[in-house]
Formats: sequence, C-alpha cells, structure tokens
Amino acid sequence: MPDAQPDRTAMRLLIIEDDRDAADYLVKAFREVGHVADHAADGEGGLALALDGGYDVLIVDRMLPKRDGLSVIGALRDKGIETPALILSALGQVDDRVKGLRAGGDDYLPKPYSFSELLARIEVLSRRHGGRNEDTLYRVGDLELDRLSHQVKRGAEEISLQPREFRLLEYLMKHAGQVVTRTMLLENVWDYHFDPQTNVIDVHISRLRSKIDKGFSQPLLHTVRGAGYMIRDGAR
Amino acid sequence: MTALGKLFRTTTFKLTLVYLTVFALFAAFLLGYFAFNTRRLITEQINETVDAEITGLSEQYRQGGIRRLVIVIDGRARRPGSSLYLVTTFQGEALAGNVGSLTPGVLENPGWTETIYRRLDEAEGAEHHALVRVFQLPGGFRLLVGRDLDERERLYNIVVSAGRWSVAIVVVLGLAGGLFVTRRVLRRVDAMTETSRTIMAGDLSGRLPVAGSGDEIDRLAENLNVMLERIEALMHGLKEVSDNIAHDLKTPLTRLRNRCEQALRTSKNDVEYRAALENTIEESDGLIRTFNALLMIARAESGQARNDMQEFDAAEIARGVGELYEPLADEKGISLKVEAETPAPVKGNRELISQALANLVDNAIKYAGPKEQAVNGAAPEIVVRALGEGDRILLSVSDGGPGIPEADRSRAVERFVRLEQSRSLPGSGLGLSLASAVARLHGGELTLADNQPGLKTIIALPRGGPVQIAG
Repeated sequence: MPDAQPDRTAMRLLIIEDDRDAADYLVKAFREVGHVADHAADGEGGLALALDGGYDVLIVDRMLPKRDGLSVIGALRDKGIETPALILSALGQVDDRVKGLRAGGDDYLPKPYSFSELLARIEVLSRRHGGRNEDTLYRVGDLELDRLSHQVKRGAEEISLQPREFRLLEYLMKHAGQVVTRTMLLENVWDYHFDPQTNVIDVHISRLRSKIDKGFSQPLLHTVRGAGYMIRDGAR
Repeated sequence: MTALGKLFRTTTFKLTLVYLTVFALFAAFLLGYFAFNTRRLITEQINETVDAEITGLSEQYRQGGIRRLVIVIDGRARRPGSSLYLVTTFQGEALAGNVGSLTPGVLENPGWTETIYRRLDEAEGAEHHALVRVFQLPGGFRLLVGRDLDERERLYNIVVSAGRWSVAIVVVLGLAGGLFVTRRVLRRVDAMTETSRTIMAGDLSGRLPVAGSGDEIDRLAENLNVMLERIEALMHGLKEVSDNIAHDLKTPLTRLRNRCEQALRTSKNDVEYRAALENTIEESDGLIRTFNALLMIARAESGQARNDMQEFDAAEIARGVGELYEPLADEKGISLKVEAETPAPVKGNRELISQALANLVDNAIKYAGPKEQAVNGAAPEIVVRALGEGDRILLSVSDGGPGIPEADRSRAVERFVRLEQSRSLPGSGLGLSLASAVARLHGGELTLADNQPGLKTIIALPRGGPVQIAG
C-alpha cells in the first residue's frame, strides 16, 4: 500500500456558503469520503441550523448574504455553542486571518483551497479526533514521544531530535491517523503563514523520517499523495 | 460666469469689502472726532481771549472812566486782525469800536451770543459770524468784545472736507487694491484649477504651479504636488501590477489551457487523463502562488500592512528562516550558516519580513548551484546574517553563486523585473520584488551587492520602524 489512508469516522458538517456551485461540490466531496454535510446559503439560515446543533465542524464563508460569517460565529459563541468553525475566505492576508480567529473561528483557509487541505483541517478540528491535547505521552506503534521530558523512543532505541524536529513529530503524533498538510505544518510548527515557494517542509519530513523510520521494517511516517503526511501504525 | 462676476464672488474680494468698510468707518470716525475737538478747542480759546480782554477793559474803565475806555478801544480796534469791540451808551449809541452792524437785539442781552456782524470799514452787506460777549459796565455803558468765527468755520470745513476726501481715497484705493490682489490670487487659483483639470483628465504628470514666494498658496500647491506624486506613483504601480498580472498570469493560463486541449486531443486512457489532470492542478497551484505573491506585493506597496507592526527581534527571524531552509540547502550540497547572535530589535510586520528573508534564502539556494560547480571544490556556502549597523538593522543573505552583473543589479530590484538569465529557472520571479516592497514598507531598502564571488542581498531596516510621513 503506497498511500496511507486515514481512519475515519463519519462527521456531520455544516457548510455555510452562498456560492451554490462551491457548496454542492463540497457536499458531494465530503459525502464521497464518508461525511455528512448540510448546506445553508446565507448567514441567518446557517446560524439557525448551527444553533440546532449536532454538528462536528462548521465551514463558514466569510462573506455571506444577510449575516456575514464572522458575525455568525460570534453569535454562536455568545450562546455558548463551541462547535469548531473553519472560516473560508477570499481574503487571505495575515490580518484578515487574525480577525477571523479573534472572532471565534478555529481555523482559517484562504480561497482558493484544495479539497484535501480543507478535509485535513476539518478532521483535525473535529472534537472526535483532536482530543489528545492533555496527553503527556504520545504513542504510535512502537514510537513514543514524551512531551514533558522531550524524549523520543522507537522500541527500546532512544532517538535524538533537534528541537524543531521534536515539535514536528509532536504535531504529527498529536494528529496521528489524520492527514496533516504542508501548510498546516508550516503554520503550527513554524508559525509562518506564507508560502515558502520551494517545498522546504518535504525536506524536514524526510530528515525526520530518516531518524524515526530508518532501519525499522514498519514505516510510521507516511506521505499522503496530493495532500500531505500522516503518522500511523501501519501494522494495526 | 462673467470674469467680473467671478472676481466679485471670490473670498479675497469679499474680505476686501469687509476691510474697506471697517477702515472707511474708522477714518470717518477719526476725522469727525478731530473736527469736533478742533472746533471746541477754538471756541474755548475765543472764550478765554474775550474774557481776558473784558477783564482788562473793565479795569481801564474803572480807572479812567468812559473816556479812557474809548481811547483804549480805539487803539486796539485799529490793529490788524483785532477782536471786535463796541462800547455803547445805555440807549445803544456807539461810542467807540470797529463794529458797523450787528444782529438786532444782541446788545440788550449780556452774556455770550453768536451773531452776524459787519466791520465799520467794510462795505454795506458784508456778513461774518462772530462769537461775542456783552458786558454791562457800571454807569449804564455796555461793552461788547468778540472774535470772528470765520477762522473756526474755515478750519472746521477744511477738516470735514479732508475727511470726505480721505474716506473717498480709502474706498477707491481699497477697491483698486482689493481688485488687484483678488485678480492675482484668482489668476493663481485659476492656473491651479486649470492644471488640476488636465490632471483629472488623465495626465498625472502635471504639477500645480509654484510661484516661489513661499506664501500660503505656494505651500498648498507644494503639498498638493507631493500628494500628486504619491498618486502618480500609486497609479504607476497599479498599472505595472496589472501589466504584470497580465504577463505573469496569462502565460501560465495559456500553458494550462494548451495542456488541457492536448490531453483532450491525444489522451487514450484513464492513466493519461489522470496525468493531465494532475498536471493541471499543479499548474493552477503555481498560478495561485503567483497571484498570492502579486497581492502580497500590492499590499506591501499600498502601505496597508503598516497597521499591524510590532517590535520583534530580527536575529530571531534570521535564525528561524535559516533553520527552515537549512535541510533544503543541505540536500543540495550547500552549507547554510546563520550569524545572528546579538539581538537586533526592529519594528515591523514579522510575517512579511520573514517572507522577504525566506525569498532571499530561497533565491540563494536556487542560484548558488550544486557542489560540482563550486570554484575550489569546497561546498558552496550561504550565510544569513542579522546585525545592527548604526541606526539600521541589516538582514543579509550571501551566496557564492554566479551573482548578478553590476549593470543588472538595480534592475533586478525594480518591481517585477525578471532578468533574462533567470527566466529559464523555476519561480514566479517575484521574490526580489516582494523583498524590496517589504523593505520599502518598513522605510528601508533592498540592495544587491557583490559577495566576491556571488551575490549578497541586504534588507536594511530602520531600527525604530518606519518614520511616519509628517502631515
């Protein structure tokens, strides 16, 4: 199996987007990967649906008729509804992003985006998947990462990592079994929100891979073609 | 609008009218006051003189009786420019003096009176005004002493007519001056209006005329010219951006379209279609990347990003970017070193400066060339530095690659210029442009220097952040 497939449980998603074509495309694409997506075409309708609840993640376009995306999220947060929300926007600048996150959004994706990027971010956002924040020890297969002592072990063998490599592995293991894109790594591990032109992340990953996978029969760090990377126990 | 109507409607002319009215009223008041007081002063003088004479004459009468009085008065009355004298008996018969006739009834009322009189030596019908005092002497005689009032009236009339003239002159000169100034101002404003019309019509190279006198209109014109310069630069930038969007986006779009067409024409199976589609996505990702870079440059150019500037350490940026690119350089057989030990605090947009430096490092890795090409067999080296120099912070990237010929260096920094030699290499060609735009946004500059061999790119930033342009 050259490509690793993430393990998925079905999610209920709400897409608030006024562009019918884009919304239809998303609904269909999410259905294909096993998720259920509802669609609202304006801010008011979206807010009403979101208030009824039961969604795992909200995908909110920033500019909407009747009520803009940020205000929808603000209204939900005011009512104590903490459903994770991803903001889609044609405004891709850093300050727009900051504004979006400040308004209560949990992630921000500028248009145009690739579906694999959106999917990866949605799955990381979903509460059903991303509940490993409090763990101090991450474990994937025989790979162990101790967040307190900063020790990494594969089997009995201790692996020495540079600080950045440690943070990279930590992020990957926190979202073990989920696809993590290059942009997500750049944003979360390096805190950069720009496009570094050449794909520098790939080189960092291959360095990390040579440290954790080299010499072991079972690779843990997988490349997901056209999307990003995923760490998971292939033997399971 | 007639030329004159336009003239009268100007602020300058209205101001002139206001000032003119104020000054004319002031002149009238001043001269009126002068005239009134002059008259009063002369009257007082007359009173004093007449009183003194009456006192003197009644003394003469007391000492020498009517005979002596008559002799004295005869003497005084003959002097030129003398006062008026008249001594009469109780019945009104004149005994001495120089008065020929008086308004009837004057002599009957002792005290001060204004009267019309004629001197003895004058022809019948002559009339003058005089202020006289009639004094009852003991023994039934009456003494009249007075002064001619013509002199007072003449002086008064002179002052009044001087007043009239000066008010008239104030009005005439004021109007003329006002018109002159107004026309001058109007002509300059008209010239400015004319220029601004041509500018509005699209010729942004036009500038408002500056007379060189340094007055308020000059200052206004100078400021407007600075504004025009800024607008022209922005418009120029906008035009360049759109030209380059046309070039940078149309070329890959054409390529994209060609590939799709070719795939439709020649692909025979799913595998080939799939490859073509994957190719299309890759190509469109490149397009998005170029588009983002163009937007980022436009944003840096417009100065919007000045709003979210904060203090941070440029040395930390250098270390971060160096660390991000080190594996990539290493993979290409290039050693990447960071020399940024001492903190280099700057104020700015961290994200943009990081990206600018990342672009420079990315370029350096791209052009430094593989190991085999290095001059003396040693691994090519890229050094990223952050250091303070005077009031500037320098972020520099040095490589040992082919460099850029000196003649081309300034062009390479220019917005959106791609050098011929780099056209064949991958990349949007906007890396240096963005770095340069970011440097200028922060009040600094991007320079290219000879690293002997190789290229050294330097982003120089002012220590305290960009200096705000004073209003």
